[in-house]
Amino acid sequence: MCNVCGCGAGETRIEGQALDKLDEHARGHKWVPAATRGHVHHHEDGTWHSHDHAPAQESLHYGQGPAGADVPGMSQARMVKIEQDILAKNDGYAAGNRGWLQDRGILALNLVSSPGSGKTSLLVRTIEALQARVPVAVIEGDQQTSFDAERIRATGAPALQINTGKGCHLDARMVGHALEKMVPPDNSLLLIENVGNLVCPAAFDLGEAAKVVVLSVTEGEDKPLKYPDMFAAASLMLINKIDLLPYLSFDLDKTIEFALRVNPRLQVIQVSATTGAGFDAWLDWIDARLAALRVARDETISTLRARVKALEAALDAARAAKA
Amino acid sequence: MHEMSLAEGIRQIVEDAGRSQGFRKVRTVVLEIGQLASVEPEALSFCFELVMQGGIAEGARLQIEAVPGCGWCPACAATVAINTLYDPCPRCGAYQVQATGGTEMRVRELEIE
Repeated sequence: MCNVCGCGAGETRIEGQALDKLDEHARGHKWVPAATRGHVHHHEDGTWHSHDHAPAQESLHYGQGPAGADVPGMSQARMVKIEQDILAKNDGYAAGNRGWLQDRGILALNLVSSPGSGKTSLLVRTIEALQARVPVAVIEGDQQTSFDAERIRATGAPALQINTGKGCHLDARMVGHALEKMVPPDNSLLLIENVGNLVCPAAFDLGEAAKVVVLSVTEGEDKPLKYPDMFAAASLMLINKIDLLPYLSFDLDKTIEFALRVNPRLQVIQVSATTGAGFDAWLDWIDARLAALRVARDETISTLRARVKALEAALDAARAAKA
Repeated sequence: MHEMSLAEGIRQIVEDAGRSQGFRKVRTVVLEIGQLASVEPEALSFCFELVMQGGIAEGARLQIEAVPGCGWCPACAATVAINTLYDPCPRCGAYQVQATGGTEMRVRELEIE
């Protein structure tokens, strides 16, 4: 129990041990900066809440601003409604990218996975299979180096490397800049290889048509439950390296079952980027989406043409009436 | 997860609001964070403190309101409470629940001077 406020034990655990047992909870009261002057409690039922401890005499008073001098009865403060999503800025850029891509009939897929799942090998094989009939461009995201972009360029496809530096994910603004720089051709496929990370990229919409999560059989089958956000955000799960299944004790059915628990609508395709197994299904999945995009684009164009025609007719009629 | 990016997003929203509504000091930032949004409130509080430095919300208090998670169970045709994205339906036990609430990350209001 928290000895300052008397609220229940924490749920954050390290090696199965509750964080407060590791003295973290008590430390929290000293550690929480003065300006925050509160802390968060996790409860057994998975809920949590935050609250203040005032006066926070145990706080380290670094960064304490004038707002810390909060004298009851002397407050001239007022509340301002904001009601804005924290990621609204990113979502705005993403919407811009999505519109730009759709107008050009470009199918953008955001590939996400842990490091080492075989994303780049998968991309290389996908490009080799597709590039004779569909132009393919790639945006590569990594913290450092341009090794992956070089591997992609070796296939002949244009590739642009984004290095996020210390960042753990690509965001929509980075991808927007990349699109300005590389300008993929109309009616093409754009593959965005996100930073190898199953956590953060889930929350950052890039303007893609779909997220594709790659899970290799050399990873644990419980990954969909350990990192549920990514599997919830994805439309398709590619289970890669299935050629290695005979050498592993990987439970394929369990993985799929776990993934569907998190996201009942998730589609699943098993592939091997090494042998090409399952690639027909994966390429069909891409083709179906490209075709749908083309139909939508043709419809938009014919609708716009019909409108132009109607306006021209109206203009002609007005001119005739005037003459 | 990326609490530093979130804190930067909050700063942007706060600074924009200050410019458009003409206030220069924020005392409290009130957030609504869904239980399913995978945000660690402690990490966010820590990043918030750092990221707000030098801005109109420097030293501001962060108040995080938790929004409970809920989802739609197609088998029960009902909205049910869930604590994680992979929870079974508490009524029928099926794993088909689609999260419908509790994923939000919003700046709800600001207390200003």
